[in-house]
Amino acid sequence: MTLVVSDLSVDHGAIRAIDAISFRIEEGQMAAVIGANGAGKTTLLRALSGLTHASAGSATWHGHELLYSKAEKLVRLGVSHVAEGKSVIPELTVGENLLLGSLWRRNAEEARATQEKVLETFPRLSERLSQPADTLSGGERAMLSIGRALMSKPQMLLMDEPSLGLAPLIVEQIFQSIRELSKLMGLTVILVEQNAMSALKIADVGIVLNLGRIVAMNSAQQLIFDPLVRAAYLGY
Amino acid sequence: MYQLINTVLIGITSGAIYSLMAIALVLVWRSARVVNFAQAGQALLSTYIGYEFIQKFHSFWVALFLSMLVGAAVGAIIDSSFMRILFRRAGHGPIANVAPIIATLGLLGLIRALLGLVVGGKDVRINPPVSNVGYTVAGHTMAFSPLQLVIVISVLLLMLVLSLIFQRTNVGLALRASAYSPEIARLAGVRVDGMRTLGWALAGAAGAAAGLLQTPNGTGVLSPDSLEFSLLLVFGFIAAVIGGLESLVGAVVGGMVLGLVLAFVLTYVSGSVVFITAFGLLIAVLLVKPTGLVGKRGGRRA
Amino acid sequence: MRKFAGSYFGRLTFFILFGFVLFLASNRVDELRVYQGASVAMYVVAIASLILLTGYSGQVSLGHGALMAIGGYAAALSRNHWGAPFWLCFVVAIVATALAGSVLGTAAARLSGPYLAGSTLALAVGLPSIANQFHILGGEQGLLFDIGAPPAALGADFTEYKWLFWISAVAALIAMWWLQNILRSRFGRTWRAVRSNEVAAQLAGIHVGKSKTLAFTVSSGLAGLAGAMLAMTISTVSPSAFPLTLSFAVLTGAVLSGVTTLSGVMIGALILVATPDIADAISSRFASSENVTTNLPGLLVSALLILVVMLVPNGPVEQMRTLRNRKRAKALR
Repeated sequence: MTLVVSDLSVDHGAIRAIDAISFRIEEGQMAAVIGANGAGKTTLLRALSGLTHASAGSATWHGHELLYSKAEKLVRLGVSHVAEGKSVIPELTVGENLLLGSLWRRNAEEARATQEKVLETFPRLSERLSQPADTLSGGERAMLSIGRALMSKPQMLLMDEPSLGLAPLIVEQIFQSIRELSKLMGLTVILVEQNAMSALKIADVGIVLNLGRIVAMNSAQQLIFDPLVRAAYLGY
Repeated sequence: MYQLINTVLIGITSGAIYSLMAIALVLVWRSARVVNFAQAGQALLSTYIGYEFIQKFHSFWVALFLSMLVGAAVGAIIDSSFMRILFRRAGHGPIANVAPIIATLGLLGLIRALLGLVVGGKDVRINPPVSNVGYTVAGHTMAFSPLQLVIVISVLLLMLVLSLIFQRTNVGLALRASAYSPEIARLAGVRVDGMRTLGWALAGAAGAAAGLLQTPNGTGVLSPDSLEFSLLLVFGFIAAVIGGLESLVGAVVGGMVLGLVLAFVLTYVSGSVVFITAFGLLIAVLLVKPTGLVGKRGGRRA
Repeated sequence: MRKFAGSYFGRLTFFILFGFVLFLASNRVDELRVYQGASVAMYVVAIASLILLTGYSGQVSLGHGALMAIGGYAAALSRNHWGAPFWLCFVVAIVATALAGSVLGTAAARLSGPYLAGSTLALAVGLPSIANQFHILGGEQGLLFDIGAPPAALGADFTEYKWLFWISAVAALIAMWWLQNILRSRFGRTWRAVRSNEVAAQLAGIHVGKSKTLAFTVSSGLAGLAGAMLAMTISTVSPSAFPLTLSFAVLTGAVLSGVTTLSGVMIGALILVATPDIADAISSRFASSENVTTNLPGLLVSALLILVVMLVPNGPVEQMRTLRNRKRAKALR
């Protein structure tokens, strides 16, 4: 039940974005992936969720190979990806955005139950169900995109920079709810963040990427106090 | 007075048919970001098949229904076999923007030539299913017959059904999501490729309806190289652009606007400027309000 | 040698030599081939004008047949009304079509791909039929465009077809030579910059709209020339001489030649001219119905268009180049 990634490589044309990386994440753990711009963080998530085709390697989870598969199939296996930049569809209403995540389940009853849970977690959304998503604030959009991912009944959540463009206070709130959710539902979470400190604070393990390779992997606590990591990514 | 009313009636009928073609173009544009120039060919093919059904079942309505199904199947096949390969092979590089346009145009040529090979040389007539003699009001024969009433009702019905599908059903939600943001839709578990194919299929059905309704309303004669279908494509495109190329309601509004404008030009100015007017309208809308008359949010241009 | 071939005089010499070869060849083949040679020259100009537009400036036109019609009518009118000599007719055709093109191009520069494609398609469908409505354009019958017999100085056995071929070949050579030069000039570089990245070109100080309009104008001028050449070879202009299929044929020729480079332009032109012959050969062998004969060329052209777009989207010439480069890269490794 662990996610085992071995020798994963991803190429963007002639450029090697991810270079033969291997790691494992235990079930129910939360991993923070940090690193500078262009380190390959987003590419890693996209490869795991089926949006980008990997060039080599494997990633097994629950006995399934995640690479070389389509994103819409992986959702059915319990992998939900919240893409960078608040992945909501602005033309649809908030309710439709949520419903979208559960369409494939074909079970209206269950979907409704999940939606109630999501709205309990993010009560702000329940007031705005019939509004177009483009009327939401940045924080509400982040909530909606996480909510939509939860509607797919995930067992693993891939989150790409949920803090992007949000005020620090809201970032705190969002991170807190991610933490609570993951513990409550036993989710495995991979959280990609520029905001390294906040991410490491809530994560169990941390992975530091640089130019497509893993330069450090350890428990999040230890990474926070690692002098090299502090100097390079935490800024003090 | 009667002339004015007649002009409006003519405009509404032809506008209804332009709307159908516009709907077909909009459906493909929304789901695949391709303006499907092969639509004229698909409509022509479906109309020929509709003619065969009429001969077999002696019912225009059964034939209309069946040919819409065939049209849908043809659309689905084109997308799932042909366009999918095209996008895989020519989806990037310097020709990426032009390739789908050229491909659908090639398809139009191919369908026409094939039809010419199989059925060319002999003209085929489709008789109107109901009377095409205008209603008489106070001794005046109006330019509105039972046939035209049926056409207008069919178009409105089709638009209503499609709008309900899009706005009220799960499939419609998946279709819209795939059109607006394919990547997010995939992440939500929507089979985007399937939705695109479905869009092509719906468009194929709408195009088939346009072809089979247009033919008895026009000359009634069908031929593979008919100018009527080329014009149907062009006017459908213009109607779709007037409506913003994104919305079904827009397509119908665009079709009606175009139909009425052209009817008035035809009656009160001259038949020789009808095409120039249509072309001028197209360019004017594109330059002044590229999002179309009904377009809401701007910026969604390819 | 390489340097010379790439230089201005090198290209000039090449075109003159090529013209001389054509001249020698025209004395050795039969009349039909000479006539087809004139058609090839016409298609070369038409295809080149579309490649310039699509491949070099990134705009697409499905309505080049309509522009060719403008050129053809302009040439015929200037001949019939002013008795202009044939070369002046060509000049009038170029200027008139370029003018029309500059008007259209101003609008076209603001339209993106599918919109421009649809608009030009509308033009191709509608424009020829407009000729039916105006008396001065001769209606369905069209106008005569007779450039007269070859000058007596060329000898008694100099046939009319040979004369047509000469004019067409020289016109095409001049047009291609000029086009080669303009593409290597500032304008050519600007067009390529706009095609590959509009925003970047704009940031580099290029006026994108102007550049696109200019490309459309130049392309229209060439299309007008091709239209006049077409009118000359069939000695009439009429709506039916410029059908939608002509626009398709030119587009097909451009795709077959490879829209990103001018160097394959002969390929498309030769295939277009040869297609009816091939279709004839096929239909006379397998079936003789009139249906097959009229529809087979269209079928072949469309099928070829689709196959090329799917299999070698950048055209055969570019494909060869890519393959060669790949091989070279492998050899270096």
